[in-house]
Amino acid sequence: MSQTRPPRRPLTAKRRRLYLLLAAGLTLGGAAALILNAFQDSLVFFLTPTELKAKAPPRDRVIRIGGLVEEGSWRKAEGGLQVRFAITDLTNRVEVTYRGILPDLFREGQGVVAQGRMGTDGVFAAQEVLAKHDETYMPKEVADALKKSGQWKPGQKGAAGAGGKDGKAGKP
Amino acid sequence: MIVEAGHFALILAFVFASIQIMVPLIGARRNDSVLMDAGRMAAIGQFAFILAAFLSLMHAFIVSDFSVSAVAANSHSAKPLLYKISGVWGNHEGSMVLWVLILALFGGAVAGLGNNLPPTLRARVLSVQGMIGAGFLAFILLTSNPFFRVHPAPADGSGLNPILQDPGLAFHPPFLYLGYVGFSIAFSFAIAALIEGRVDAAWARWVRPWTLAAWCALTLGIALGSWWAYYELGWGGFWFWDPVENASFMPWLAGTALLHSAIVVEKRGALKSWTILLAILTFLLSLMGTFLVRSGVLTSVHAFANDPERGLFILGLLLIATVGGLGLYAIRAPALKTGGLFAPISREGALVLNNLLLGTACATVLIGTLYPLVLDALGGGKVSVGVPYFTLTFVPLMVPLLIALGIGPLLAWKRGDLPGVLSRLRAAAIVTGIACLATILLNDGPAFAVLGVTLAVWLIMGALTELAERVRLFRGPLSASLSRLAHLPRAAIAMTIAHTAMGIVVLGITGSAAWQTERILIMSQGDTTEVAGYALTLEKVARVPGPNYTAERATLRVAAGGRPIATLYPEKRRFTNPPQVTTEAAIRTTLLADLYAVLGDRQEPAAGGQGKMGWAVRIYHNPLVPWIWIGAVIMVLGGLVSLTDRRHRVGAPSRAPVPRRPRTA
Repeated sequence: MSQTRPPRRPLTAKRRRLYLLLAAGLTLGGAAALILNAFQDSLVFFLTPTELKAKAPPRDRVIRIGGLVEEGSWRKAEGGLQVRFAITDLTNRVEVTYRGILPDLFREGQGVVAQGRMGTDGVFAAQEVLAKHDETYMPKEVADALKKSGQWKPGQKGAAGAGGKDGKAGKP
Repeated sequence: MIVEAGHFALILAFVFASIQIMVPLIGARRNDSVLMDAGRMAAIGQFAFILAAFLSLMHAFIVSDFSVSAVAANSHSAKPLLYKISGVWGNHEGSMVLWVLILALFGGAVAGLGNNLPPTLRARVLSVQGMIGAGFLAFILLTSNPFFRVHPAPADGSGLNPILQDPGLAFHPPFLYLGYVGFSIAFSFAIAALIEGRVDAAWARWVRPWTLAAWCALTLGIALGSWWAYYELGWGGFWFWDPVENASFMPWLAGTALLHSAIVVEKRGALKSWTILLAILTFLLSLMGTFLVRSGVLTSVHAFANDPERGLFILGLLLIATVGGLGLYAIRAPALKTGGLFAPISREGALVLNNLLLGTACATVLIGTLYPLVLDALGGGKVSVGVPYFTLTFVPLMVPLLIALGIGPLLAWKRGDLPGVLSRLRAAAIVTGIACLATILLNDGPAFAVLGVTLAVWLIMGALTELAERVRLFRGPLSASLSRLAHLPRAAIAMTIAHTAMGIVVLGITGSAAWQTERILIMSQGDTTEVAGYALTLEKVARVPGPNYTAERATLRVAAGGRPIATLYPEKRRFTNPPQVTTEAAIRTTLLADLYAVLGDRQEPAAGGQGKMGWAVRIYHNPLVPWIWIGAVIMVLGGLVSLTDRRHRVGAPSRAPVPRRPRTA
């Protein structure tokens, strides 16, 4: 009898809904904060060599550049693991350095996407070179880059391309 | 001839699907059992004709009939038989036929096995299945006909992409589709329940086994895909947050949430409306996955069908399903009676938290996957959302989920006693604390490793504590506990298995992410390098012929502590049809860690004698990585054990089987 009265004995539907909304609000709010925070520094912009020249993105920002591997530009250095090549949209070009094993389908004259940072010397230091395991595929970004520079030839054969580094080509 | 017959069978299947939409729906409305039974016949007929079409397509692939364009474009006479068969679904057209085949299989199973379902519910479920089937059959017949002939027939086919010629990948799509499409049953049940205006425990008991089966298949499909990516792509990683991986992962997250919320509907009659919504959303996510993969809107390696017409068609189907499903939900759901009340701290409350976190995690993956598409469509530039995004959003959401996962199963239904549960978890907490300390002391990697190990051990200990509590381990004679264990419902054991497996997966992910060692170097013949305590010596690189390729095969001798323990043979395979190079990683696993070697390009010394002659070699040491797939398989096992639970086998509230009246449709 002397006990304090339990707060309105069974949980009413209203109170239950309140708790639920509170929990949902907290979770969603937290997730929204996480997403906004993550977008701030993990969005990677894609640029063509021409756009790169025009925009000059901040040096510390990771970007992707795409185009064709310029014919005759590919060289090895430092015992072979360090490679250097140029990516071109047939209007402008960017020098790229990369250390590591290039994807199986990396070839001069073919499409490629490189992810990395622009160095102070104007050479793009790639952390990843993405090439797709598919002979006939041209990544949309590269195709669009060529269209933008007016060098797109529909049905261009052998313009194999790039995609995710996982290169799950044509996986059904 | 067989090809034309297959095409015709597909058209007939479409006709049957159309009948399956209308007839049982009208039958259910009029409560006319003849019409409703006709729906069952239509569903079985639809399955039979799609099966015939699928087999005739498979026949064309096996005999290499290159007058069929799908065969000519994706097969080659020199291919091993297994890959001729897997080539059937290794292309857009064939994989869509497999998709509808599995859809019709599930529909046929409801028609044939659903004897204990209320007839009107079954009829409506079949009708909704018919709608999905008709939509996708029309898609195949109008935009992606697998039986299209080419004239003149080419002398030989252009071959299946060599990277797909792999046993792991031969079975990955069928399992993935079993999962994707299996959720269509949950969707159909949800829509049927909305039409009927009734959701009860029996409804949940029917939905759960179907969802469980689909979930098992999807889990296995995703695991196979990631395993394949791990050993075939030579990147040493198992998950890349590639849009297409996400496309299969989102239905998995939603489906996992659905599995759990269906339990609440079944046991407590609560969360009905939410479970219906979840069932609808899970299938919509599966459809969206199909759209993303099949339409070519993603610059993904999977997207090889850059055909806007196809994309628009699937987008149309997705829109109809979304507007129809969610519209019906908006109209009918408020009428559903809400069930049992529960306190926030209770088993129901824990399952709500599970759903909340899984749903939110699914939403973050969705945003990360679709954001680039939306931004591009709005002309905001081309961006890609990389791995860091998912690490920063998805992982933090998993932390509270895993913590709660250790506690939730111990809470009582309706009103739980948190202090009591926590005191029962004291032993688990002590073990977790020890594991945490040990990791801090031994960890030579990043700090998140401590968090990962702690969470995983907590989760496993929590699951085991729950089982120990159930059988009253150490509170009486061991024999009594064992006999209790033998009499536990299978579903309870299944939960322990699945939750423990989740802990194993978390350990695997943590280990491989935190403690991976990678070395890339040029090796000449006779060179030795050291990775994670192993000495690897390149003995030779030889040319080896394969069935439809030639390989460069390296022989790498592995020694530990001066003793030879293994030999690795990484390969680089050069296929001629189509001309392509693939990398075959060589993996030596101890179940605790993988030693993983990849052969790169041959290196010539640069002009001027700079550099040396040799091969680029990439070597990884991946601790705990096999646990990811072991855990996934155990998780599936848990699902299968739950499927054998008595209440699913016996079916709904056990009634005497009603003698079936002889009736023909």
